[in-house]
Amino acid sequence: MSAPDLDRDPKRDGCLVEDGRALDVSTLPTFAFGHRSPMWWGTMGLMLIEGTVFALTVMAYFYLRSHASVWPMSRFPPDLIWGTLNTVIMLASVIPNELAKRAAERLDLAGVRLWMVVCLLISFVFLGVRVLEFTALNTRWDSDAYGSVVWMLMGLHTTHLVTDAYDSAVLTALTFTDKMEGKRFVDVSENAAYWYFVVLSWLPIYAVVYWGARF
Amino acid sequence: MTVPAPDQDRAQGTWLDRNGPGLPPGAAHTLEQTWSDPPGIIGWFSAINHKTISKRFMVTTFIFFLLGGLLAIAMRLQLAQPNGRLLSPDLYNQVFTMHGSTMMFLFAVPVMQAVATYLVPLMVGARSVAFPRMNAYAYWIFTFGGIMLYGAFFLDIGPDAGWFAYVPLSGPQYSPGKRVDFWAQMITFTELSALMEAIVLITTILKMRAPGMTLNRMPLFVWTMLVTSFMILFAMPAVMLASTALITDRLVGTHFYNPGEGGDALLWQHLFWFFGHPEVYLIFIPPLGFMSSIIATFSRRPVVGYPAMVLALIGTAFLAFGLWVHHMFATNLPELGKTFFTAASLMIAIPTAVQIFCWIATLWTGRLNLKTPLLFVLAFFVILLAGGLTGLMLASVSLDYQLHDTFFVVAHLHYVLLGGAVFPLFGAFYYWFPKFTGRMLSERLGRWNFWLFFIGFNVAFFPMHVLGLQGMTRRIYTYPEEMGWGNLNLLATVGALTIAVSVLLFIINVLHSRRHGELASSNPWGGGTLEWSVASPPPMGNFPLVPMVHGRYPLWQAPAEPLHVTGLSNEHREVLITSVADARLDHRMWLPSSSPWPFLSAVATTILFIGSIFTPWAVVWAAVPVAIATTVWFWPKRDVVRQRVRTELKP
Repeated sequence: MSAPDLDRDPKRDGCLVEDGRALDVSTLPTFAFGHRSPMWWGTMGLMLIEGTVFALTVMAYFYLRSHASVWPMSRFPPDLIWGTLNTVIMLASVIPNELAKRAAERLDLAGVRLWMVVCLLISFVFLGVRVLEFTALNTRWDSDAYGSVVWMLMGLHTTHLVTDAYDSAVLTALTFTDKMEGKRFVDVSENAAYWYFVVLSWLPIYAVVYWGARF
Repeated sequence: MTVPAPDQDRAQGTWLDRNGPGLPPGAAHTLEQTWSDPPGIIGWFSAINHKTISKRFMVTTFIFFLLGGLLAIAMRLQLAQPNGRLLSPDLYNQVFTMHGSTMMFLFAVPVMQAVATYLVPLMVGARSVAFPRMNAYAYWIFTFGGIMLYGAFFLDIGPDAGWFAYVPLSGPQYSPGKRVDFWAQMITFTELSALMEAIVLITTILKMRAPGMTLNRMPLFVWTMLVTSFMILFAMPAVMLASTALITDRLVGTHFYNPGEGGDALLWQHLFWFFGHPEVYLIFIPPLGFMSSIIATFSRRPVVGYPAMVLALIGTAFLAFGLWVHHMFATNLPELGKTFFTAASLMIAIPTAVQIFCWIATLWTGRLNLKTPLLFVLAFFVILLAGGLTGLMLASVSLDYQLHDTFFVVAHLHYVLLGGAVFPLFGAFYYWFPKFTGRMLSERLGRWNFWLFFIGFNVAFFPMHVLGLQGMTRRIYTYPEEMGWGNLNLLATVGALTIAVSVLLFIINVLHSRRHGELASSNPWGGGTLEWSVASPPPMGNFPLVPMVHGRYPLWQAPAEPLHVTGLSNEHREVLITSVADARLDHRMWLPSSSPWPFLSAVATTILFIGSIFTPWAVVWAAVPVAIATTVWFWPKRDVVRQRVRTELKP
């Protein structure tokens, strides 16, 4: 690195100054997307933690099932209608979510506002449907161990829906103030990545809660 | 490579200042102001500088260590003679539960993270940790959880079902009242804190290393913290899930552990030990990093076999997740399954042995500087080895049937945890104390501290092996005279009191030396890693000029150009973000200002956690203040946004 290199990109490599004794970094960008950003690593850490919680709860489900003579213990599996509908809604929400992410990475404020608002509206819809899901589980948390673990799975995932909807609402509100700056676009992008996690982690939980009780 | 021996008077050592000319006084002053927390009482609660938080964290965990130690003394006095009457059976149950829970959850794991949040940024050449506000929040959450547990204990509602709270004993039927609920919520507090610290450390290590510090040049202590932090992400969720299921069983009538309604008591043991065995390594791996740092400096040469050391750490981390069933050999699991766990338990000796041999080779070929930190490290070789060997014995199913729940296990786990973690940790305090405070600890008191600890430890715990073989079970509050256990128990109590005296000497040493100790230079021991390149104690922004790194021990190398980085703002908390593997330049970023909101958010979270012990609806209504506090925490200030927008450079 000591020899001056004419091909150096100051935006990526900085500039050597003081006869090569120092490396000037003032030309580097002040924010970056994806795994270049510390925020991405923080979000990934959260996903690993929460993914582990989901995986362990699914294991507890099958552990209890392996010890039971009848499954579900209450004999009636959850009704398919609301859970399946919510799965479709969540999968559909991936489209505006991706569009919000792309708009953020283009630094397109109008696009970010539009698609964040669409995502937020969808999150109200699936929170409503989630309430209906709880009414159609055909078991209670205190009826037996099957009911406990089903409610635990649903409760954990619903907590994610609620917190992510709230996070997104705060971030969406921020995009309509004069406090927007480059790093908020990174936040929007990471928020979208987290949304993917919430949706994709629902798929195995849906399979376990609704179909694990049928096969 | 051998490092030239510095002058006898190490505190006045003359190690080169590798930062070259440094910053002009005006700029250095600005930088100091920029990274300082505000003054005053509100400023105290707003502090987010990683060194300030880390010092508080270390002191807090040490207070819990002392409290746990006092509980241990109470138990030893009770058991010193047959038919002891000092503690009632009920109080004894609370005392051993509090002792175990304190040492495991309020001391051993968090103290390693506390030390790491101080040292990791200094070792990797960063001006801060990533997410400094979350770091402060994690500290406060931890502290409130510990205070809650001790508050309950002093009100006679301390947990009494053992530090691993086995069901059905800890379930609603056999432990009515609130005692176990406080235990379960303490888990929520401490594990939340540990998980956040893990994220802070992973991000700091992977994204904030000084340019040139490739993964292959990272100090071994930083490697241990990276490995530990990843283990935390996978281990801690298990105990959080287990304790949440326990508390819902107790409070809202779920049936996870209730066999009458299809639940299963062994589910608790699986979940708990899936966390509990890796936890041993969460406690044990960071001290391996202390060992590598201290051994290199006091042998005056780099650690032998750097790649082998790193691979051994990673191997240990993977194997640690395949051992949990060896805590459950006395249950009705399939015998064939148990043999796999025996094999895995024996296998983990391999990476540990690799590291021990590398250290022995380092010590053997180095020129030893036999100071207190090295004494504590050498004790590791004796004590951990003994604890490891009894561990191999316990990994055998047939022996475990005989020894399960006896004092043999108590002896084994204390040999492993004190030898593997506490001795290196004390060595680390002696080693880094000059960096934390700018003054040296007294060497004479240090030697008294060490020898009393070492002798007292063996006198206290070696007889427990024999007691266990004689059949003395764990957690009994007393025993009749005819058993013939009186003499060995008395000996163990004498040993425990000796440890207490040694810890008292340590406290005296710290309190005296921080005001009157010999002044420390920036590098009093002649260490080779970056934390020794800055003043003792370091300036608030750590590095006046962010260094460029050209090797594993930058201070033991001839200077190479470029020496350092320039162009980072002194007026704002600007840090350099580099790439994950090779630490190439990536971008610049402003870290947040000091704020009381992490503290206030922690208060709100505490209200939620404690409220939910008494009513499940607290999870709903107490979520409102948490949401408000965290939103204010996040909400940016207008003038900061304007300044940032003005200096923004797009990627």
